[in-house]
Amino acid sequence: MQTPKVLGGIDFGLMDPETYRDMSATKVITADTYDDDGYPIDMGLMDPRLGVIDPGLECRTCGSHSGSCNGHFGHIELAAPVIHVGFTKLIRRLLRSTCRECGKLALTEAEREEFGDRLERAEELGEDPHDVLKAAVRQARKASTCPYCGEPQADIKHEKPTTYYEVQDVLSGDYSEHIAAAMQPDEEEDDPGTSPQELADKTDISLERVNEIMAGEFRPRKEDRRAIEKALDIDLTEEDMNKLMPSDVRDWFEDIPDEDLEVLGIDAEHSRPEWMILTVLPVPPVTTRPSITLDNGQRSEDDLTHKLVDIIRINQRFMENREAGAPQLIIEDLWELLQYHVTTFVDNEISGTPPARHRSGRPLKTLSQRLKGKEGRFRGSLSGKRVNFSARTVISPDPTLSLNEVGVPDRVAKEMTQTLNVTERNVEDARQYVRNGPEAHPGANYVRRPDGRRLKVTEKNCEELAEKVEAGWEVNRHLVDGDIVIFNRQPSLHRMSIMAHEVVVMPYKTFRLNTVVCPPYNADFDGDEMNMHALQNEEARAEARVLMRVQEQILSPRFGGNIIGAIQDHISGTYLLTHANPEFTETQALDLLRATRVDELPEADGVDDDGREFWTGRTLFSELLPDDLNLEFTSSTGDAVVIENGQLIEGTIDEDAVGAFGGEVVDTLTKAYGETRARVFINEIASLAMRAIMHFGFSIGIDDESIPPEAEDQVDEAIGSAYDRVNELIETYRAGELESLPGRSVDETLEMKIMQTLGKARDSAGEIADQHFGDDNPAVVMARSGARGSMLNLTQMAGSVGQQAVRGERINRGYEDRTLAHYEADDLSAEAHGFVENSYRGGLTPEEFFFHAMGGREGLVDTAVRTSKSGYLQRRLINALSELEAQYDGTVRDTSGRIVQFEFGEDGTSPIKVSSGEGDGIDVDGIADRVLESEFASDDEKERFLGERAPPTNLSEHAGPGLNKADELGVESDD
Amino acid sequence: MTEYEHVTDDMEAVVEATELPKRLKTEVYETLETKADEHGGVTIEQATDIVTGVENRYIETRVDPLEPVGTVSAQSIGEPGTQMTMNTFHYAGVAEIDVTQGLPRLIELVDARKTPDTPMMTVHLEGEYATDRERAHEVVWSIESTRILALGDVSTNVADMLVRIDLNDDTLLERWPTHSDPTEVAGIIAETIEDSLGVDARQAGTVIEFGPNEPSYRELLQLVERLREIVFKGIEEVERVVIRKEQLEDGEEFVLYTEGSAFGDVLEIEGVDASRTTCNNIHEIYRNLGVEAARETIIDETKNTLEEQGLDDVNVRHLMLVADIMTNNGEIESIGRHGISGSKDSVLARAAFEVTVNHLLDAAVHGEYDELDGVIENVIAGKPISIGTGDVDLRMGSRVVGDD
Repeated sequence: MQTPKVLGGIDFGLMDPETYRDMSATKVITADTYDDDGYPIDMGLMDPRLGVIDPGLECRTCGSHSGSCNGHFGHIELAAPVIHVGFTKLIRRLLRSTCRECGKLALTEAEREEFGDRLERAEELGEDPHDVLKAAVRQARKASTCPYCGEPQADIKHEKPTTYYEVQDVLSGDYSEHIAAAMQPDEEEDDPGTSPQELADKTDISLERVNEIMAGEFRPRKEDRRAIEKALDIDLTEEDMNKLMPSDVRDWFEDIPDEDLEVLGIDAEHSRPEWMILTVLPVPPVTTRPSITLDNGQRSEDDLTHKLVDIIRINQRFMENREAGAPQLIIEDLWELLQYHVTTFVDNEISGTPPARHRSGRPLKTLSQRLKGKEGRFRGSLSGKRVNFSARTVISPDPTLSLNEVGVPDRVAKEMTQTLNVTERNVEDARQYVRNGPEAHPGANYVRRPDGRRLKVTEKNCEELAEKVEAGWEVNRHLVDGDIVIFNRQPSLHRMSIMAHEVVVMPYKTFRLNTVVCPPYNADFDGDEMNMHALQNEEARAEARVLMRVQEQILSPRFGGNIIGAIQDHISGTYLLTHANPEFTETQALDLLRATRVDELPEADGVDDDGREFWTGRTLFSELLPDDLNLEFTSSTGDAVVIENGQLIEGTIDEDAVGAFGGEVVDTLTKAYGETRARVFINEIASLAMRAIMHFGFSIGIDDESIPPEAEDQVDEAIGSAYDRVNELIETYRAGELESLPGRSVDETLEMKIMQTLGKARDSAGEIADQHFGDDNPAVVMARSGARGSMLNLTQMAGSVGQQAVRGERINRGYEDRTLAHYEADDLSAEAHGFVENSYRGGLTPEEFFFHAMGGREGLVDTAVRTSKSGYLQRRLINALSELEAQYDGTVRDTSGRIVQFEFGEDGTSPIKVSSGEGDGIDVDGIADRVLESEFASDDEKERFLGERAPPTNLSEHAGPGLNKADELGVESDD
Repeated sequence: MTEYEHVTDDMEAVVEATELPKRLKTEVYETLETKADEHGGVTIEQATDIVTGVENRYIETRVDPLEPVGTVSAQSIGEPGTQMTMNTFHYAGVAEIDVTQGLPRLIELVDARKTPDTPMMTVHLEGEYATDRERAHEVVWSIESTRILALGDVSTNVADMLVRIDLNDDTLLERWPTHSDPTEVAGIIAETIEDSLGVDARQAGTVIEFGPNEPSYRELLQLVERLREIVFKGIEEVERVVIRKEQLEDGEEFVLYTEGSAFGDVLEIEGVDASRTTCNNIHEIYRNLGVEAARETIIDETKNTLEEQGLDDVNVRHLMLVADIMTNNGEIESIGRHGISGSKDSVLARAAFEVTVNHLLDAAVHGEYDELDGVIENVIAGKPISIGTGDVDLRMGSRVVGDD
C-alpha cells in the first residue's frame, strides 16, 4: 500500500503561459465533445487524454482507470490575449503607476526606495501592507511624465469589467474652425476680432504657418497649439479615449522591471504581471467537469464544459475571420465576445456583465461560483467533509438507559461496523461474528485477509468463511453493546452538542437516550433527529472514551456548573418526594428505590399508627447521596436545604439541588467526588424521581387553572380599577396637566404610566389567582420547583393575559389613529391598545385574540432574525479564536506561537472546574479551618484532604469500582 | 519581617515557593493572619499543611495543557447568543437613557465599531462634587451641551429681518453658576452668536437681537437654523445628562449618566473623577487611556451585556480571552473579515472564512506560501489539527531501548 502523502505547504502564484503548455496533455481545438458513436473526439473537450470518468476506460495520459486518475489539464491557444477578470483592479493600478513607454514605475529612485522601506517595515510590524502599496500607487499616478524616459503619462480610465482606455488631451479635429470663430470680430461684445497677422505676432508663429493652420492644412505642434490657445483664450484639445487592447496591456507589462514590482507588492518570481493577461487558457481535466448520462441515454454536460465550448467556438471564429482579413470592427467585436466568455468562465457574477446562462435560463456555475460561499469548495467540501459510518434517525426517550448510553436500532448496528483485529485470543469471537453473517445481529459484514483482500460476508459464505478466519485477519463486525460511538444534534453550538455514548443495541427504529442528556443537546422528542458516528480506529475510540463521554461533559465550560441533571418531571418528582416529607411503607420505599443500586433500606424513621415501620421521602433521597456529603444552600422553592453526612436533614430537593444548569448537589458531587459518582447519582435520581412521581400521580388539566367565581370577581375588580386609573391618566393628559418625566415627552410619559398601571393590574390578577391555588396544584408545584413553567404562565392562564406589546410599546399600529375599526379614532384606552383582560382559560375576545397574535408574531420574527445573527456571530468568534490553545507553560498561544495570554484568564484557572461566580473556587478559609481546628485521624486522612486527588478512571458503564454493570449480567432475572 | 504580623519569613518562603497566582498568595497570607488571631498563632507545620492543601486544590483547577481554550471560549459566548433578545432598546439601570442591549450590542462590541449605536458615559465625581447636589449640577452643565432652545425663546421678526432671543434669567443663572448677573451671561451668549454666525448682535439686558448682514429671507431663516445648532456650553456630543444619587460602597454619591460621549473632553472637566469614569465606546477609551484600558472595557461591556440578558453565569475568563485577542497587537481589532480573521497568515484560513476568491487571487499575485499549520488549514489538507490531542507528539515505542 502506498503511504498517503502529507501536504507540507502550498505555494501560491500565477502561471506562465509556457507552463500551461508544458503541463497540458493536449491542445483542445474542437468545440464538440462526443462523436455520433458516443466516443470522445480527439482534441475535443472530452479528449481521453484529459482523464477518464467512464468506468472501464483507460486514461490515455497516465494509463490508470477512472477513480485513480485525477485527470490532466489541456489547453486552448487563445486567438488574442484576454484579461483575467480577477485581476482587473491590479491591472488598473499597474497601468496607472507605470510608464506607458518604458514600463518603469513612475517614481524617482528615492521615492521608490522609500516605499520599499516602508513596505518592509509594515511587514515587520505586522501592519497592513496594503496602505503602503496604495500610497505608492497614488504617488506614482501623480507623475505627469516618466522620471526615467520623460514620456508624458496619460490617465487611465477603467470601464468595468475589462476595458481600459488611455485618456489624453489631443488636438481636436475641428481646430481650424475653433480658431476662426475666436478670431471673428464680435460686435455685440465690442470685440474687434483678431487678424491673422496679430495672431502671428502674438504667438511668434510665422504668418504663413498661421494661414496654413487656419486653413486646416497644418496641424499645429504642441508649443504652437499652446501659444494659440493662450493668445485667443480657447481650448483646442479634446479628450481622446484610446482603447487599450489586452495585447497592448500585455506588451506594456512585459517591460515592468522586477524591482519595481516589488514596491507594488507583487512577487515577480511567482507572478509576472503579463501573466494576468491570458494568451493560453488551461482546460480543466474532465474529472472536474464530469458529464452525467441521463436515463434516456442523453449526455448532460457540466457548466464548465458548456462555457469551454463557447470559448472554443468564438476562438475559432476569431481566427478564421482574422485570417480572412475581416474588417477591424468585426475583429474587435469578436475579441470582446471572447473576452466575455473567458470572463464568465472565471466568474459568472461580475456586476455590470449579464451572467452567462444555461439553455433553461439558469445562470451557469463557473469557477468562482464553485469556490465561493457556504456550499462552495472551501466551506462546503474542504472544511466540511462527508463521512462513512454515520447514521441519522429520530430520537426517543428511554429512562432505563444510563446517561452514558445510547440505544441504537439493530438495523443501524448491522450497518455500522467496527474493525476487529483477529489475534489468537479473540479468534473464536471473530469466527462467531463471521458465522452469524451479515443479517444476524452480532455478525460481520466484511473480512480482510492478511494479504489485504477484502471479502464480503454473505449469508451463503459465512459458515465457510468463519472457518478460514485466523489471527492476522480483520473482521468488520457489527456494533455491539459497550462499543463507543459519537452522537450529535445540530445545531452544534457548544462542545456538549457532540458527545460519546456507549452502544446498547435495541429493537425498533429510533435512537434512544436518557432524558437527562436533553439539556446539553438541547433536544426534545417532538421529532428531533440526531446523528451517530461509529469510530474507526483505536486512537479515536480511546479519545472518545476518555474525553468525550457524556459523564466527562457533565460540567459546562461556560459556567462551570453541571449542564446535565434532573429536568421537568424529575424535578416535580423529587419535589413531591421531599417537600412535605411524606412517609412510605416498606413496600413503597423499596419500590421507589428499585431502579437504583440501593437494595437494603436504612433504619426506619418511625412507626405509624398501625405499628408499621415507615421511611420518609428525605431518607429515601439520602440513600443516593455519598455518606460524607455536607452541603447547605437555599432551594428554588425558598427553603433552606441542609445535608449532613449524606443525610437530607431538611429542605426541598428541586431544581436548585439536582436540576440541570447548576443544581448544587450534582455540581458538588461532580467536582468533589468525580464524574463517575455524579453519573451514578444523576441516573439514580432520575429513576427515583420517576418512581416517585408515578407513586403520587401527577397530571394537569384545564380544571387545574380554574379559580372560584368570587376570585374571578376579584380579578375583574382589580382590572376594573386599573381601567379607572388609566382613564384618569388619559383625562389628565387630555387636560394638558400630565407632568412629563425627566427626559421624556408627555406622550411617552403617558404611555409609560399606562403600561405600568396595566402591568400592575395583571400582577394583582395573578396574585389573586395564586391565592386560590392550593400548594398541591400541579401547575404550582411545577412553577415552584422549577420543573417547568413560571408563576407568570399561571397568571396568564388563570388571571389575565395582560398587555400585548410590539417593540416594547402598546399596540399602536393599524388604521389611522386607531388600532382596529372597532374603536374610535384617538381612543387611548387600555382595551383599544392591546390589553387582554381575559385569561387563557376564560378565553379571549376576537379583538384580544388579534392583538395577542400581533404580539406573538413579533416573537416569531425575533427568533428567526436572532438565529441567523447569532449563528454568524458564533462563526466569526470561532474563526477568530480557533487557533488558541493553552500550553504546558500556562500561556495561551495561537498555532504560530504568538502569545495571547500569559496565564489563561489571569490565574490559569479552568472555567470548567470552577463555577463562574466563585472567583478561583478555592476555599482557603475552609482548608485553614480544617487544618487548625481538628487533628487528622491519620496521615492517610490528611493526605486525602490535602494531597493530590486523582479520581479513579472509569472508561465504561461496564467497568468500574462498585458500578459494574457487567456484574449484573451474571444475576438471574427474577421475573 | 513581612507586612503581616503573624506571617513569619519561613511561612513566606513556603508560600512563595508555590505555583499559586498572586491573588491566591495574598488570600493565603490574609487567611493565615486572621486564623492566627483566632487561634493564637499558627505553627509553621500547620501553615505548610494549609499551603500544600491550597496548592493541590489550585493545581487541580488549572486548565489542562493543550486545551483548546479559544474554541471553548468562542462557544461559551456564541451559544448564549441564541438565547438573547433582538430587542434593540432596553432600559439599562437608568430608565431615562436608552442603551442598545442584547445581541445587537454584543455584535457591535466584537465588531469593534468606531461609534456605538448609543454612545453613553458613566461619569463619577470627586470630592464635594459627588455629595453636593449643587456642585454636581455644575459638572452637569459643563458636560451637557446647551443649545439656544434651552435658554430662552427665539422669535423671528420677518418684517424687520430680525431674530430675537428672549433669554430666561433663571436658566442662565442655573447653567452658569459661577456668574451672578444674567446680563453678563447674555453677553457671553451674544459673543458666541457673533463668533459663530458672523453677524452683529445687539444685546439689551437678557434680550439679544440680530439679523442677516444683508436683508434676505433665506439668510434669515438659515440663521435661525444655524442658531439652533450652536453649543453655548458643554460638550457638543453629549445630548443629555441624567444625574442620579447612587448607593456605592463608600456611601451615597451622585453619578452622572450621559447620552452621547466625548470621553477625552469629560476627563478634563473639573470635578470629574477620571479614575472611575467610563464610556461604552471602546475606541474612545483606547484613544484616551490606551489599549489595556480598552481591554478592560471590552470585558466589562460584554459582561454587562450578558448580565442584562440574565446570562450572568458566563465565566469572565471567556470574555477575557476575546478581549485579549481583540487587543493583542496593541490596537483594537474586530472579530471578523476586517479584523482578526482577515489578517491571518494562512491563505486557506482566510479563503475558508469569507471572500474566498479574492484572497486566493491576491495570494497568487503576492506569491504567498501557506505553511498549513493552523487549525482550518489542517482540516482542509486532511491532516490532524495541532491542538489538543493532535498536538501531542508522543508515540509508544515499538522497540525496547537498547534492543538493537
